[in-house]
Amino acid sequence: MISRDYLLLIVGMALVTYIPRWLPLFVLSQRRMPRWLTDWLDLIPVAILSALIAPALFAASEPRTLELFRPELLVAIPTFVFALKTRSLGGTVLVGMALFWLAGKVL
Amino acid sequence: MTGRGNSRLQTVGDGLRVAWPICLGFFPIGLAFGVLGQKAGLGPLQIGFMSLLVFAGSSQFIAVAMLASGASMLPIIATTFMVNLRHALMSSSMAVQLRGVNRWFLTIFAYGLTDESFAVNMTRFRDGNWDLWRALVVNQATNAAWIACTVAGAHVGQFIPAKAFGIDYALTGMFLCLLVFQLRGRIYLLTAAVAALISVALYVTLPGNAYVVVASVAAATLGFVLKRRNSKPPLYDARGEGTP
Repeated sequence: MISRDYLLLIVGMALVTYIPRWLPLFVLSQRRMPRWLTDWLDLIPVAILSALIAPALFAASEPRTLELFRPELLVAIPTFVFALKTRSLGGTVLVGMALFWLAGKVL
Repeated sequence: MTGRGNSRLQTVGDGLRVAWPICLGFFPIGLAFGVLGQKAGLGPLQIGFMSLLVFAGSSQFIAVAMLASGASMLPIIATTFMVNLRHALMSSSMAVQLRGVNRWFLTIFAYGLTDESFAVNMTRFRDGNWDLWRALVVNQATNAAWIACTVAGAHVGQFIPAKAFGIDYALTGMFLCLLVFQLRGRIYLLTAAVAALISVALYVTLPGNAYVVVASVAAATLGFVLKRRNSKPPLYDARGEGTP
């Protein structure tokens, strides 16, 4: 059974999640954007991906502290090279998993 | 927009071929979420409904943790908004690729815009041979996988050992490869390095989740300024604006 309160909660969460996903696409796709804006937006994907992944590689999460030479980072190096050479998403995921699993056994 | 083949089967097949690594990455996260949700007192139905309506992993984790600690509705919704605001940047960036596309289609498409589907679809659109329907298959296939994995986690998650087969590295491996896809030149490399630096610095010094948005905006802006300064007219790379 889903209570009314819980339903309200997830509908609220859904709205505040959906609107930022939808509004820029809905508005910006219909007009000619100035060159500076498309140039800036062109750099957004690489910036977001890097900002998302970096803390997982260079920092511990609880508590949040800088931590170099974590297994996550050591495994990331060969995984990164594999991705550069093969450009295979599936392969990279599998290689990363295998190396991390091995690192867990060895380190 | 050109696709390789136009039969429905081929469209779905192409989409699934691209989506499966994402689904694999969702597997451990989804299971873990299901387990946590169950510990917070949510049943499979409640968990499935949240995954269906919200479809945003990290904010769902935070919401469940807040629920478990007795937080009320408004703080949870406000936190969800903050954590998911980064999608507005992705949505804007995606709009450059999807210029002039039917608004109804975009309204459906926006639902499935996640970090992962965004990165994969952007790469494919830029490389050519990709179209709206294949992109939508990626969104919806990963959505289905997310719902299924989180519900499965509520049922069986507690029986699965946490570190089995290095599967908790699946998402990290995926993001690494998605990042590689975006490194298309020196300016991108530089932007990535700056974003990583700012993100880690903010992550360890400030509580909360603003680090992704702040680091992305700052790094993209710096990259943009440097690109403008270094290139004499014509200022832009050969791809031009609004490439479909």
